[in-house]
Amino acid sequence: MKYLEEYRDPEVAAGLTREIARTVTRPWVLMEVCGGQTHAIVRYGIDQMLPPEVELVHGPGCPVCVTALETIDRAHAIAARPNVIFASFGDMLRVPGSHSDLLSLRGRGADVRIVYSPLDAVAIARSNPDKQVVFLGIGFETTAPANAMALVQAKRLGVRNFSMLLSHVLVPPAIAAIVEAPDNRVQAFLGPGHVCAVVGTREYDALAARYRVPIVVTGFEPIDLLEGILMVVRQLEAGRAEVENQYARTVARDGNRAAKDLIAQVFEVTDRKWRGIGAIADSGYRINEEYRAHDAEHLFDVDDIRTAESSACMSGLVLRGLKKPCDCPAFGTACTPRTPLGATMVSAEGACAAYFQYGRRAKQEKTDVL
Amino acid sequence: MSSSPMEVPSLFGACPAPRPETERVLLAHGSGGLLTSQLIEEMVLPAFRNPALELLDDQAVLPFGAGGERIAFTTDSYVVTPLFFPGGDIGELAVNGTINDLAMGGARPVALSLAFILEEGLPFEELRRVIESARRAAAGAGVPIVTGDTKVVGRGNGDKIFINTSGIGLVPAGVHLSSSRVAPGDVILLSGAIGDHGATILAEREGLALGGALASDTAALHELSAEILRAAPGTHAMRDPTRGGLATVLVEIASRRKLGVDVDERSVPVHDAVRGACELYGLDPLLLANEGKLVAFVPAAEADQALAAMRAHPLGCEAARIGYVTGDGAGLVTLRTPLGGRRILDLPYAEPLPRIC
Amino acid sequence: MCLGIPGEVMALTERDGLPFATVRFGGVLRDVCLACQPDVVLGDFVLVHVGLAIAKINREQAERAWQVLQEIGQTAEVAPDEAVPEEVAPANTRTEPFT
Repeated sequence: MKYLEEYRDPEVAAGLTREIARTVTRPWVLMEVCGGQTHAIVRYGIDQMLPPEVELVHGPGCPVCVTALETIDRAHAIAARPNVIFASFGDMLRVPGSHSDLLSLRGRGADVRIVYSPLDAVAIARSNPDKQVVFLGIGFETTAPANAMALVQAKRLGVRNFSMLLSHVLVPPAIAAIVEAPDNRVQAFLGPGHVCAVVGTREYDALAARYRVPIVVTGFEPIDLLEGILMVVRQLEAGRAEVENQYARTVARDGNRAAKDLIAQVFEVTDRKWRGIGAIADSGYRINEEYRAHDAEHLFDVDDIRTAESSACMSGLVLRGLKKPCDCPAFGTACTPRTPLGATMVSAEGACAAYFQYGRRAKQEKTDVL
Repeated sequence: MSSSPMEVPSLFGACPAPRPETERVLLAHGSGGLLTSQLIEEMVLPAFRNPALELLDDQAVLPFGAGGERIAFTTDSYVVTPLFFPGGDIGELAVNGTINDLAMGGARPVALSLAFILEEGLPFEELRRVIESARRAAAGAGVPIVTGDTKVVGRGNGDKIFINTSGIGLVPAGVHLSSSRVAPGDVILLSGAIGDHGATILAEREGLALGGALASDTAALHELSAEILRAAPGTHAMRDPTRGGLATVLVEIASRRKLGVDVDERSVPVHDAVRGACELYGLDPLLLANEGKLVAFVPAAEADQALAAMRAHPLGCEAARIGYVTGDGAGLVTLRTPLGGRRILDLPYAEPLPRIC
Repeated sequence: MCLGIPGEVMALTERDGLPFATVRFGGVLRDVCLACQPDVVLGDFVLVHVGLAIAKINREQAERAWQVLQEIGQTAEVAPDEAVPEEVAPANTRTEPFT
């Protein structure tokens, strides 16, 4: 598969790894923002290929992990209603709320459907005019244009029985929250490649300047990640703090104009609560006034939500890169994909789940210089 | 399950994820992965302890008479949704699947039973199609269905059709296939490309459009297994990687036998259509079910002959050598990634779902 | 997050007033909405996330970047002590690469 599989070439990877090793002179802590990048790093063992001076910590770029419990409970309450067809990306099906999860609700008779595209959910609504079709719209900026398109289509075609429960989160406020935390160790970021394909890289200039951190917008294949790490390390060694674009075949500085217009047409920025981190101002999207008729939050009265908080876990620390999954005493014992204690074990690409799935039961042999 | 509360700075709040119920059967218990394993080990095995059962092979091989022949006996239930999918249906699956369990024990299949649990309201047309498929599959394999049963449950109490097939076969003297025989140095052979069945079912069930490129690989493997044994009589074990995928077969053998398994991910064949579907929907072919493939554990000295025999058979033409067994006592499956790195392969927690993240 | 993969545009179509394309990903075809990439032509590669093309793969950039990668690989020579140790295969197994 062109433009995909060649970025897994072992010889090119080895060349990059050697060059990284030749470049580092001191320890550095890097964070990859995006959950998909975390997944690839663990799956291909990329962090194990790096010299001991380079430490990768995993960021909060997993929209499934950070979706607020209230949103999930609201989704479940809506899905459980008769006459509702609840559509969702597959990622959210097993995420436990306070009482249940979408897959279990389906097993008990709720009409829950997995869709790959939000537009497919609109199609379901058109085919089922006598039902309410509600779509759970989660994601970072990458998914926003598609979710916006679904709402635009629904309004344009008069699909009145379609609505969306929106829970978008934005990357730059999360980066700011991480760097501003008093115990922050992160010195540079691998920026989110597909988020930037949509919104461009300009937003990150201010972050790099304000916090003096290099940000290299990076792709998702092993070669992309290694090249991004090399570019970050070169900046750190040279004392620079700029935004660079490793993923130039996909990311343009101004992003995708049509996608940004679509987002602006339907969404507006709002405060959001991040599971495991807390409330961050101006860190999400909500559906604007013009599309309120398709906003499930307004259409469905589910005020009797009582979220059940359980015992504390380290998800917050993992999401902020302060701890690794295997630092947690509960990892692999009390906390497993079967019995997740936290958000990062629940999602397929949460750091804890990735570590568990790819067999990282114990601390790796590579010595930590820090 | 106890949990010691951990101190988390109040700035960031308590982790809000509640623990799911662990005292009831979950759908994931049926997916063939970690939960299924745990259910069997913790609840089923302790109740029915006996030597044949504890081998946990795909079939039980029991002594029969004085001639050294043994009976192989197996049972399997089929609850697949949807009933009909590209490449086959539940009827064909039920016949082939049980024949395959016998074949994995080196048995010549002798006869099958076929039991239906039908849901009230099931259209006769669908039942006819399923029966015809089962008939065709059994006739094609030369294995008669000699007994059966039919029950009906009320509407809403059964998912259209559940099928149980049991099978008996005869294992020739001198043939001993069992995971308990797998030994360090064994070469691991895979009879063909993986993921076709699992990807097809997932796409059909969840309505993931893929331009009709996928089809189930359901097939009866008894002739292929016989060919392998003819060429390599010293073969130690065969398994068919059904639900839970290739990963499950490898991990189960490695962990039960406390042996290491080394697999080169690059050598595992995957059809382009499955590869594309997996990239698109975030799936791992190693975790997807197969209904017409087998994995053979063959002593190194006979590996070449076994592979040649596989490739000479229509159902094994894409056969490949994918790894070997080591004496590493940790009981882990190590995968060499396309990058040349290594990672541990583990049981999937539950059936894979498409993802967008 | 953001699982997005590149696919080749095989046909241009339309659905409900929106531009669509039939895109090939390895051995499968999937319809993709081109509302955010209207200037795509046959043979272009697009980056697809949840059924929407969010970017067009820039071939020149890809080639240029690939050149840089090759150069990096060439300049960083392997020192003798960096050589990857050979796996010790068990006796009687073939040591040729798996086929």
